[in-house]
Formats: sequence, C-alpha cells, structure tokens
Amino acid sequence: MNLLRGARGLLLTELLSGMALTLRYMFKTPVTVNYPYEKGPLSPRFRGEHALRRYPNGEERCIACKLCEAICPALAITIEAEPRADGSRRTTRYDIDMTKCIYCGYCQEACPVDAIVEGPNFEFASETREELFYDKEKLLANGDRWEAEIAKSLSLEAPYR
Amino acid sequence: MDNLWAGAGHVFWAYVWPTHILQVLFVAVPLLVAIAYYTYFERKVLAYSQLRKGPNVVGPLGLLQPFADGLKLLLKETIVPSGANRIVFVAAPMITFSLALVAWAVIPFDVGVVIANINVGILYLFAISSLSVYGIIMAGWASNSRYAFLGALRSAAQMVSYEVSIGFVLVTVLLCVGSLNLTDIVLAQRHVWFVIPLLPMAVVFFVSGLAETNRAPFDLPEGESELVAGFHVEYSAMSFGLFFLGEYGNMILMSAMTSILFLGGWLSPIPLEPFTWIPGPLWLLAKILFVMFCFLWVRATFPRFRYDQLMRLGWKVFLPLSLFWLVLTAGVLTATGWVPAHAG
Repeated sequence: MNLLRGARGLLLTELLSGMALTLRYMFKTPVTVNYPYEKGPLSPRFRGEHALRRYPNGEERCIACKLCEAICPALAITIEAEPRADGSRRTTRYDIDMTKCIYCGYCQEACPVDAIVEGPNFEFASETREELFYDKEKLLANGDRWEAEIAKSLSLEAPYR
Repeated sequence: MDNLWAGAGHVFWAYVWPTHILQVLFVAVPLLVAIAYYTYFERKVLAYSQLRKGPNVVGPLGLLQPFADGLKLLLKETIVPSGANRIVFVAAPMITFSLALVAWAVIPFDVGVVIANINVGILYLFAISSLSVYGIIMAGWASNSRYAFLGALRSAAQMVSYEVSIGFVLVTVLLCVGSLNLTDIVLAQRHVWFVIPLLPMAVVFFVSGLAETNRAPFDLPEGESELVAGFHVEYSAMSFGLFFLGEYGNMILMSAMTSILFLGGWLSPIPLEPFTWIPGPLWLLAKILFVMFCFLWVRATFPRFRYDQLMRLGWKVFLPLSLFWLVLTAGVLTATGWVPAHAG
C-alpha cells in the first residue's frame, strides 16, 4: 500500500490530474457579467436606495407617524413634523443619513402607508460624504424617478406580505 | 593614469561597436514587451481557469492593459522609508532587473543567432541566476522592515536550496552533451530531445525553476497572508516595477532555459519537410511560450507550500533524486560507451 502511494507520488498522478482539471476549466465559458454594460437580475425584494413615494394625485404619502424613525436600528432617520395649513399632519424634515443606513429594510416594513421604500437603485455612489445625507426633497425626487419600478416590485411582493 | 583611461576608451570603442548595441536592443526591447505581455497573459490564464474574463476594458481585448499598468507605476511616487539604507534600497531593484536582462546574452535563438556565443554559456546562466538572490536579500535588508527581512530570508534560503538540484540537473545534461556551450547543447538534441531520456530531470528542473523564480506554489517569500508582500513590501512605483519586471524576466529566462536544455531549443519537433520550413526562432518561441504557460498553469492549480514542506522537497526529494539520476546517467553513458566526444 505504501509502495503504491509512493509510486503515485513519484509519478505526480495527483498533481497532473489537478492540472488537467484547471485546463478543462480554461475552456469553459466564463460567467463574468460585464458590469457597467451588463447587469445581473434584481429580485423585487432588493433593498437599494431609499425613496419617498406619492399618491397618484401628487400628494405625498408620508403622514409623519415616525414608525420608521423608531424602528431604524442604525438611527439613520430623522423626522420633524407639524400640522400643515390644511390641518393634515406632515413632515417638515425627513432626513436619512445614507452613511449610517444598513439597508435592513425595517423602515419600509414599518411604514403603514408604503411611503418610505427601498428602491431598485444601487448606483448612487458619491464623491463626497455630504452627498449621502439625503433630505426630504432628494427622497421625494427619488420616489418620482423610480416610481414605475417601485410600484412593480411592490405589486409583485404583495401576495407574500 | 590618463593613458590608462584613454586606453580603456579605445578598447571600449573597439569592442562595443554600434552593432553590438543594436544586437542587445534587438533582444532587450522584445524581451521588455514580452515581460509586459506576460503579465497580461498571466491575468488572462488565471481568469479563464476561474471562469472569469480577465482584463478586457483597456484597448481591444484589454491588450493595452500592460501599458496602462506600466504608466501607472512610472507616474507614481517612489517612497524611500526613512529607516531604509537609501543606496542599497535603490540599488536592489536595479540589480534584480539588470540580472534578469543580462542573462539573455548567451541564449541562442538559432545557429549563430546569439549575442555572445561563449563556451561556458550554461555556467554563465547558472552564475547569473545565483546572483539574482542578492537583489532580493539587499531589498529585504535595506527596507529595514521585519516583513521584508523575513521575506528576503525565506527567498534566499529557497533559492539557494533549489539551485543545488538545478546544478545537478545541469551537470546531467552536460554529461549527455559534452559541452557547456548552449548552441552545442541544442545541437546535441538533433536525434532526441533530452526531455525524453531525462524526463525526471526535466521535471525537477521545471519545479526548481518555479522555486528559483519565487513563483507559485513556492511564492512564500511574498506570502501575502503572513508577510504582506515579502521582500518588496516597502517598495513603490517604479522601484517596485523593476522587481516585477525582474521576476517576470526571470520566468521567461527559466522558460527559455527549459526549452534549450530539454525541449530541443530551435529544433523542430519532427525533423521532416513541412516542419523544418518554419524558422528555428519561431520553434524556440513556441516552446518558450509553452513553458511560460506551464508556469501560469501551475499557479492556477496548486496552493502554496508550507515552508518546511518546501525545504523538505528541495533537500530530501530533489537533491537525492537528481544526484541519483546524475550517477545513473554517468553510469549508463560509460557502460554503453555513449560518452560524447569533446565537442569543442
């Protein structure tokens, strides 16, 4: 038995079979996705950049209940609220510090009116830290920009909620 | 004194004629391009063996990537650590790089196509490859850093150990040739390439070559996980670039040596009509490319050795094996009366 093992070691059979395996892999098709030009599929549950949505009539959904602020484990959300002129309760300030956010998705789970959501966008890298302190204006703009995609993933997800 | 210097100048210009410089450039410039593209080749081979594509953005198929990398290295700042010995620190990469180039002086590309057809070509190659350990030791010592020093120690011990078995392999080949001239060595393989009768020696030579050039699976001197980058941790920009070029130059040199010693140099594999039409240098190039590919192939396949395994392989396996084959070859040659007549 030892002799056999020695002979196999001397003839490098195991090393050669390993090299044959690498050689075979060299002729397989690479699995590379050419990222900026090609993109992989995204699940409807994907949790990307945040957005504040509006109703179809243009009224903002957020009612300043502050559930998202309360649940946020990273303390990334800051909300201040006041009654508006028409008597409805609205936020005067809705900030998300994207550098603190851990993208857990609890805010969108907590939201009773589907106002704050995490959209499909993940390409929002910036050159300065300050650009990642999102305010209400930026979040609403995001909502307007991604509404089609967000609405689609929400409707796909609806049966499981 | 004046006379002496004038005489030296005279001698210099009598021997180093512009044609010599042209010859050197004819070898050195393609070699530098080859080194650049070897890095590209390596990245592609490793990528495809891991189902990736490798560099493909800079230029068509990523072919300009080596130049982008080179430009980056040239433009970056060379940092000399404050604790370093400046002169040795700067000299080390230069030594490594120039030794990798200088060895090419004796590599024959065809009958008579060689810069210096000296009678002790193989000895010269052996001497140059032994010297290359100095570049690494100097780098490790001059950096004044523990990682660099440990890397240099490992590298020195490793290169010295494997040089012993490389030496015995060379002697075995020399026994079969009867000459130290590289052209004679190739011509002695007209009938059969030495890789066939001396297969175990060819394997020992190739594996020792891996260790000698500090390549995977023997790349312990730069073991990232424990030594950060080994002897060149403290180097940056072009001083690092020179180490890089030197390492790849040494790999190409090792491939050329393997081709010349065992794969019949510029001889065509089948000495018949359609194969002999292809010029010899192209055959040599093909063989060098094959061995270069083997270097990368091995790197793509095997994990790194542990240091004691490396030493055991060198001293307890390769050394006795090559000694045994040396004695065996000598015995067979004397017993059968095949000892080559003196070729000179």
